[in-house]
Amino acid sequence: MTTTSVDAGLAQRSAPPTHPTAAPRRRAHLGRYLARWLFVAPAILFVLVFFGYPIVQNVLMSLQDYTTTTFYTGEAPWVGFANYATVFSDPVFVTAVINTALFTIGSIVLQFGIGLGLALFFKRNFPLSGFLRSLLLLPWLLPLIASAAVWKWILDQGSGALNGFLSIFGVQPVPWLVSPSLALIAVIGVNIWLGIPFNTTILYTGLQAVPEELYEAASLDGAVGWRAFRYITWPSIRSVVSVVIVLGVVYTLKVVDIILGLTGGGPANSTQTLATWAYQNSFVKFAFGQGAAISNVLIVVSLLFALVYLYINRKGVDE
Amino acid sequence: MKKSRTIVAIAAASAISLSLAACSSGSSASAGGKQTLTVEDYYSSDPSMSGYNSIYTSCGAEVGAAINPVHIAGASLIQKVLQQASSKTLPDVLMLDNPDVQQIAATGALAPLTDFGVSAPAGDVPGVLKAGTYKGELYGLAPVINSIALYYNADMLKAAGVTPPTSWDELKAAALKLTDKSKGVYGFAMSNINTYEGTWQFLPFLWTNGGDEKDINTPEAAQALQLDVDLQNDGSMSKSSVNWSQQDVNNQFVAGKAAMMINGPWQLPVLNATKGLNFSSVPIPTRTTAQTVVSPLGGETFNVPNTGDKKKMGLAGKFVACLNKPATQLKIAEISGNVPSDQASAADWAKSHPQVQAFTDTVKTARARTGELGDKWPTAATAIYTAVQLALTGKADPQDALKQGQAQNK
Repeated sequence: MTTTSVDAGLAQRSAPPTHPTAAPRRRAHLGRYLARWLFVAPAILFVLVFFGYPIVQNVLMSLQDYTTTTFYTGEAPWVGFANYATVFSDPVFVTAVINTALFTIGSIVLQFGIGLGLALFFKRNFPLSGFLRSLLLLPWLLPLIASAAVWKWILDQGSGALNGFLSIFGVQPVPWLVSPSLALIAVIGVNIWLGIPFNTTILYTGLQAVPEELYEAASLDGAVGWRAFRYITWPSIRSVVSVVIVLGVVYTLKVVDIILGLTGGGPANSTQTLATWAYQNSFVKFAFGQGAAISNVLIVVSLLFALVYLYINRKGVDE
Repeated sequence: MKKSRTIVAIAAASAISLSLAACSSGSSASAGGKQTLTVEDYYSSDPSMSGYNSIYTSCGAEVGAAINPVHIAGASLIQKVLQQASSKTLPDVLMLDNPDVQQIAATGALAPLTDFGVSAPAGDVPGVLKAGTYKGELYGLAPVINSIALYYNADMLKAAGVTPPTSWDELKAAALKLTDKSKGVYGFAMSNINTYEGTWQFLPFLWTNGGDEKDINTPEAAQALQLDVDLQNDGSMSKSSVNWSQQDVNNQFVAGKAAMMINGPWQLPVLNATKGLNFSSVPIPTRTTAQTVVSPLGGETFNVPNTGDKKKMGLAGKFVACLNKPATQLKIAEISGNVPSDQASAADWAKSHPQVQAFTDTVKTARARTGELGDKWPTAATAIYTAVQLALTGKADPQDALKQGQAQNK
């Protein structure tokens, strides 16, 4: 709206064929050019300071021997790709990559599946559905550290609430966070619980935007239930689905707090992901260069998903 | 009209850059006349916070300085110190946990205490000097120290007819006898968590048996780890120990879910406050009776950072010396529950405080974690807890777990 009126004003002003000398016109042109850039400047500045600088700094740090000493002396010797070599040759790296993949895929698939199921369920608008839907947001409202502490207690082998409940049915205590083969599953479970509100809320909003007439028309043609979902709902919310999944992947890749709170990456690195391992290298072992190298791997992976997101979105606009 | 819009845009842009610039720059002012020393520590909760404050004040009065105590929550102290090191705003006196001293000294942020004519008190246990020394220079001194020992629930031992164990075999037998599955009571509890805390708790077994952090892939280390695994596989120690911090271990003991536990004297206030808990402690059992227990040395040192203000640094040196006088050590022991570093004072103190006898015995031979590897300790500590976790979760047998751990110990 505003741009149109400004453009119209400019067009009007330049339209009358007076006889302006060349110099003021060039000055006016320069001024306009400058003004345009000045409007963009805050955004550019923001991106450079808050996104560009940290990323460049992180890349530089991964190529330096950046230790506690650097903080005092400001000197960080250039070591080339030595940090990457150390990180890639560490046996924990392979474990962390596999765990990150399992954690991300497991979380996303179930978060999305359950989230979509709940969104479809709440679309029916039964009594109290609004109230129940707001209750669903609860995991999102709790501070992560607090929910991690509560889950740690729920999942405890000896005195946990979950094993207490299972024992009613005669199930032996399950070592949820203690057994290396179960810990990752338990952590993924908690992360799913945490991600359901996000998925449900966004998908529910997407469902609201599907015009009711489409369903009416479809039901006249005999498309109800699964067929209505397959041919009307799914195509209509596809762009929302892509947003939910891409954002979900990026959010899940970088999860640190919930894992640190539950297992600290253990037992025996069985829940160590790239994000927690980067944290451990940087802030526990103070090997900042290696920590930066690991997080750069994460940044590249996230960036790939961001590009996929941009690509899908562009397609949506074209359509 | 257009011109005014341009001006607004310029003004907006410059306002942003101004506000960015405004974040930097701090100010430091010192009171006229009497110098003020800033003392930074991690005693951020009472009673230790107010206790240390009063000791700082009295030592401040002795060296003729006003004291400005700054308490930082434990986990974030090192990160805070690193920030201060890079912005040249280090405090005048800095407290550090003793395994961190060498790492911070290696950065150059600390001044050798000998520059101010301060040396370790003659009566201090040898571990204190080792912990505070980096490349032959003394950087920090701990007025009070601690270590870990074996606490036991006296009522439970009496009921089971068990005497406090002194050897590993006795420990295993006692733990087994004290375990009561039907009540959910385990005979023994310790922390085997995947943090430096887990390493710290395993060290007495490793070191006492002749194991060493430089190379953990040795038969001595394997014997020590086998004991840990045996205790778990016998059912005497909960499998959850791989996820327990020392605080969790203490909670189990207080709740009567563990008959014996490994823990430090800092738990005494909580243990004493528990009604109906009848407990005592002995040094950690050794494999053979001929061995002497070698436990890790705990405790915080006081250090003088390189702030550049020579006069204040000299004053800070005197302040650190005052904190480490045997008389002050006793006062600090009183508020912290730790053991005075000075051996004669510690012996006196144990007489009036029989509960700490096991700890005063243990610290005499306690070893500083950074004594051998210096600022390379974190890597070894990570390798040790990794091996412990691999063995306890059954991912590898003790020998193989230590081999895998050692592969990371470079």
